This record gives sequence, structure tokens and C-alpha cells, in this order.
Amino acid sequence: MTRATLLVLADGRFPAGGHAHSGGAEAAVRAGRITGAAGLEDFCRGRLHTAGLVSAALAAAGAAGLDPAGLDAAADARTPSPALRTTARKLGRQLLRAARATWPSPELDALAARFPKGAHQPVVLGTVARVAGLGPHDAAHCAAYEAVSGPATAVVRLLGLDPFEATAVLARLAPELDRVADRAVEAARHAAREGTEALPAASAPLLEISAEAHAAWPVRLFAS
Amino acid sequence: MHLDHTHDGPAALGADARRPDGTRRALRIGLGGPVGSGKTATVAALCRALREELSLAVVTNDIYTREDAEFLLREAVLPPERIAAVETGACPHTAIRDDISANLEAVEDLEDDAGPLDLILVESGGDNLTATFSKGLVDAQIFVIDVAGGDDIPRKGGPGVTTADLLVVNKTDLAPYVGADLARMAADAKAQRAELPVVLQSLRVEPGVRDVADWVRARLAAWTA
Repeated sequence: MTRATLLVLADGRFPAGGHAHSGGAEAAVRAGRITGAAGLEDFCRGRLHTAGLVSAALAAAGAAGLDPAGLDAAADARTPSPALRTTARKLGRQLLRAARATWPSPELDALAARFPKGAHQPVVLGTVARVAGLGPHDAAHCAAYEAVSGPATAVVRLLGLDPFEATAVLARLAPELDRVADRAVEAARHAAREGTEALPAASAPLLEISAEAHAAWPVRLFAS
Repeated sequence: MHLDHTHDGPAALGADARRPDGTRRALRIGLGGPVGSGKTATVAALCRALREELSLAVVTNDIYTREDAEFLLREAVLPPERIAAVETGACPHTAIRDDISANLEAVEDLEDDAGPLDLILVESGGDNLTATFSKGLVDAQIFVIDVAGGDDIPRKGGPGVTTADLLVVNKTDLAPYVGADLARMAADAKAQRAELPVVLQSLRVEPGVRDVADWVRARLAAWTA
């Protein structure tokens, strides 16, 4: 692998559809749970240790070569909200499209043929990372970073939050993000030996509930 | 991108002219332009003009609602299964230019579910004068401005006015009421666009969308030739 490959995959401008999603931040802003940088940091920390950890572990397991279908079922079981399952598959399909053009490979073509309407995004991310020559740690870092960078960008648009403050939130979370990635990789190792039951199932009920409510709003800026 | 690739099984990637089963995909035409210039009304008029002779579908890109899609549904210009709405996360130009994946999914799903199609119109959410479509998403693009938005827009130029395959100056019937000089708009547009075509239209009076529909027919003839 090259370090620069990781930058290509982790770049927020990688054209895989993330720009249209807030990671639950739009619902949290509307509910008054995020009103500034401090609220954004709390929200991101919560998301990192729940949905972020689960995503990172799925991505690490995918990068380690575990069967995508088994991981996709594990992702379904860890995503109670139908709206979030739909979102994860949409984003997985979009990521796979971009990745197949970026890193053409029979393995990615096969994944697209197996999941024509998309597999869960972290599962795709793990497979893409492996095809691009990256490892489980890289995939886990990408997934964990996406779990917080998406909401941060969205809140800049939603609240007019100072973009420097939003970016400083991400920087403050960086050490925690590293630890989440470490835990995710460790869990993926267990899953390789013991099966996908060993993957973390840290849930954030409020994210799941508010995602359902958000999906029913008639007017919204973000798709999720 | 990857025009030389053949894909057996998995879905197409982007602008590939052939679908995975080897058939030619539908021609994709984008319609962009500022808010309120008449993009959706033009799409509706095109659907009415072309739906008897072509199999067509529409993708809308709304900024924060599904209003454009709902307008087309309410007007019943096409059956619901031929209209898809893409959500753009507050940035319509991103979804049609920088990150086109959601729109590609929409056009391919329409072809899978409502096809075979001859033509897909991709309507952008109302944006600014720099918003243009990626060549990875559409084969040709129409930029729609209107006389009430200011008759200096053609002179100001910008990527939409200057480079779109067709420039439409809409709502010409309003010109006397807003003090717009149509001759000047046409001359400025000509100066900005050299040989690229310009249509001045009003959907409220005959011949309505006829010139734009003729242009679409010509593009389709070239696409299928």
C-alpha cells in the first residue's frame, strides 16, 4: 500500500455520496441537541463510540477478508432503524460505484453483482480498502473518521457554525478516534476466529429513533 | 470514464454508452439554471411534447424538498414510476457535478424499472450561474435563465451561460413588464456562445417549448445514429 492511497479513500471529496448525508446531525440540530461547537463535539463523541465503532469493526473485518455477505447480515442486525439500513445500502452502492472506477478489480465487480442495490457502506469500505492495498487499521480509521466528519460538515451548513470550530472538534476527537479504530481492529480479529457475533454491537437508540423521524420530514436539507 | 470497459454482470459505472446487457442506454440531458427560471416548467412541457413519441423519464434534484418531483406528479406529465427525486444535501451543484453517484443510481434504476427508455431528463435544483453538469452524468445540458432574472445575465456569462449545449431564455412574455431588452439578451448570448444555440421561449404562448423539443429530438437522433 501507499500512505497516499489512504488519503484518497479518506478524502471527504471522494465522490461517494456522503455530501448529502448528515449522520443524524440535522435531526439533532432541529431537536436543539446541537447548537454550537460543544454540542457538535458531544454528538460526534457519542456517534464515534456507537455507530462509529460498529462501522469501523465491520470495515476492518471486510479489509481482513471476511465474507461480505456475512458482514452485511451482521450490519443489518446492528442497525434497527429501517431508514438507516436503507441509507447504509445506498451509500454502500455509491461507494462501490466510485471505487470500481477508481480501483478497477474483479473482486469489486463481483461485490456489485452480488449486491446490485448495495451492501452496507462499512462492509463495502472494508473490501474497497483491501482492493486498494490498504489494511484493517486503515479501513477502521476511514470508517471512524467518516462517523464524525460527516456530521461536522453538515453542522457547518445547518447552523452556519464557524468551520474552524467544527474542524477543531474533529482534531480534539483524533486521539479517541485512534482508540476506537484499535478496538475495531481487535474485534475484527476476534470475528475472524469466532464469527461475526464477536463484532461490537454498540447502539445509539436516539440516532436510530431520530433517523426514523427525519426520514418522514417533508422538508429537509440532508437525505439522512 | 472507462468507455473501453465491458462489464458482465455488475452495474455500469458512469457514462458508459452501453448498459451491462449490451444495449444502448438512454440519452441523458441535464437542465440547470437559477432558482425560478422555469426549469421544472420546461421539463413538464418537454414531457408533454415528447411522451407520445419517446419513452422518457425524469430525475429531479431538489435542494431541500421534493417539490419539483411533486409538481411533475401533480401535473401528471409522466406516470409516477418514471419520476425519481434525488436529495442533494444543501448543495445541488455537488450532486450534478462533483459527486454524481446518487444521480447515476437514479438514472440507472429508472432504466431498470421503467425501461427501456430513449431519454432521461435530469433537472438540477435551482442554483447559481456556475452550476454545470458533469459529463459523467449527462450527454448534453440545457441552461435555463429567464428575462425577469435580469437582462444582463447573458452578458455576465459564467459556465452555464457560456458552455451549455443549449441556452434557453425563458418567460419572454414578461419582457415588457420587467423592462428586459430581448434583442440585447440575444446579442449578448450570441457574443458569449459563438456557435452554440440559444432559444428564446415563453411557455405561455405558442409555440411554447417547440424549439427546445426539436433540439432534444436532434440530439436523440445523433445519439442513436
